Parts: sequence; structure tokens; C-alpha cells
Amino acid sequence: MELSLTTRTVAEHTVLEVGGEVDVYTAPRLRERLIELVDAGARDVVVDLERVDFLDSTGLGVLVGALKRLRTAHGTFGLVCAKEPLLKIFRITALDQVFPIFPTVDAATERDGSGPTS
Amino acid sequence: MATVRLSFSPAPVHVRTARLVGVAVARRAGVAEELLDEVRLAIGEACTRAVTLHRQYGLTDLVTMEMSDSDSYTVRVIDHAPIEASVGLTKLPPDELAAENLTDDALTTGVGFALLAGFVDDLQVRPVDDGPGTEVRMVWPVTRR
Repeated sequence: MELSLTTRTVAEHTVLEVGGEVDVYTAPRLRERLIELVDAGARDVVVDLERVDFLDSTGLGVLVGALKRLRTAHGTFGLVCAKEPLLKIFRITALDQVFPIFPTVDAATERDGSGPTS
Repeated sequence: MATVRLSFSPAPVHVRTARLVGVAVARRAGVAEELLDEVRLAIGEACTRAVTLHRQYGLTDLVTMEMSDSDSYTVRVIDHAPIEASVGLTKLPPDELAAENLTDDALTTGVGFALLAGFVDDLQVRPVDDGPGTEVRMVWPVTRR
């Protein structure tokens, strides 16, 4: 399935909904979109992976790049993911210890201190 | 014993084709349905690694993937990059994953290897017999129907 990228605003967060396959072929488009968002001023960014059905190391590298870019810009970055196959990928790579991962967009965009951290 | 061989130019777009073929042959070989997602991911990582190395070294040689189902499902992904390129195949500790000084390539390589090692119980990475290059060999059990 082709990569799809849709942006919306939820509770003052920029939520990027990603769908389809994120791999060595499509990951550059995801990287470009994330860079565009940060360059346009987005500082609280959530990437929603619920409609992703394939994610490889290249895609993970793009997400780490966005995390680092927002950390430098004093912003926040979080992921939404509740699919067990994807969560297993984060556990195996130990990236579950690097990204704040939330089960829903609502949880990721809460402003009570439990939301994404830089 | 059935063997399927796929050779493709080192372009990212072909990695998806390799994944599709690898999973189709795995299903036909009798690999358990619940393992197919892991087969898809591992084949994707091995082929991504090969394509990336060929592009880094400016090689136009084809990347080869061989699948056989004699007693188990064996997939070999063969590249032709200089052998020292494989030295970087190490799993990164969590505190280094988001370090500022880690390059994107190093991160992707380390994460890719972590996924291969995590999803493939029987994994070997070794030099090819003839000329430069590395073979990533992955084996999964099959259930005869």
C-alpha cells in the first residue's frame, strides 16, 4: 500500500497521520514532510502510526531524526501506536525507550504533563 | 526442493517487490502464517541493507535473493559491496540511539541489524565465496501440508 500523509491539528499539537508502508523507498517522503512541518514552525508534533502496515529501519531512522530535530528546537515529539507488531519493532530495537509512545491521539496530545516530552 | 531466485538492480523501489516475493514463497513453502510478518520484515531489512551498500559504493551490480524450501525455508540475500562494509553490523544500546553525533546511516544500520537479529532465530552473515560481498542467510521452520 502506498504511503499516505495527512496533517491535522489537535489540542495545539500538529498530528501527522501516516498510512501504508514506510520503507527505504517511501521513508524520504516522510522525512521531507516532517522537516517541512518543523521548518513551518510546528513544535509539538505527534506522528500517528495507526494506519501503518509496514515499518522498517529506514522509517525508524526518520522518526529518530524528527525527535532530534524537535529536541534541538525545544519542541516535543511523540508517537501514537497500539498495534502489537509495530510495538514489537520498537521493543526489539530499544526505541521504545527513546520515543514517548501513546495508545491514542488524545493521550498523546493531553496537556496535563503526561503528553509527549522532548 | 524448490528454489526461487530474484535479482534486482539496487533501487529502493525493488525492495518492496523482494518482500512480496519472499513472503509469497514462504507461504507456499509452509512457513506458519504467524511468522509471515517477521519474514516480510527480515527480508526487507536484508534487502534494504544490500541496496544501501550498493548505492554507498556506487555499484550497479544486481542484488540477489535466493529462496529454497528443502527442509526449512532458507533465504539468502547477497550483495557485492566490499566486505569491510559489514563491520558496522552491531546493535546499538538505547542511550546511543538518539545521540546527536550518531549519523542517520549508522542509526539505520544498527536498527536494521537489531531487527534482523530479533526476528530471525537462525541468522548468519558471512562473506560470499567468490569476490567481494556478503551473504545474509535467514532460516525459518516449515510445516509440511
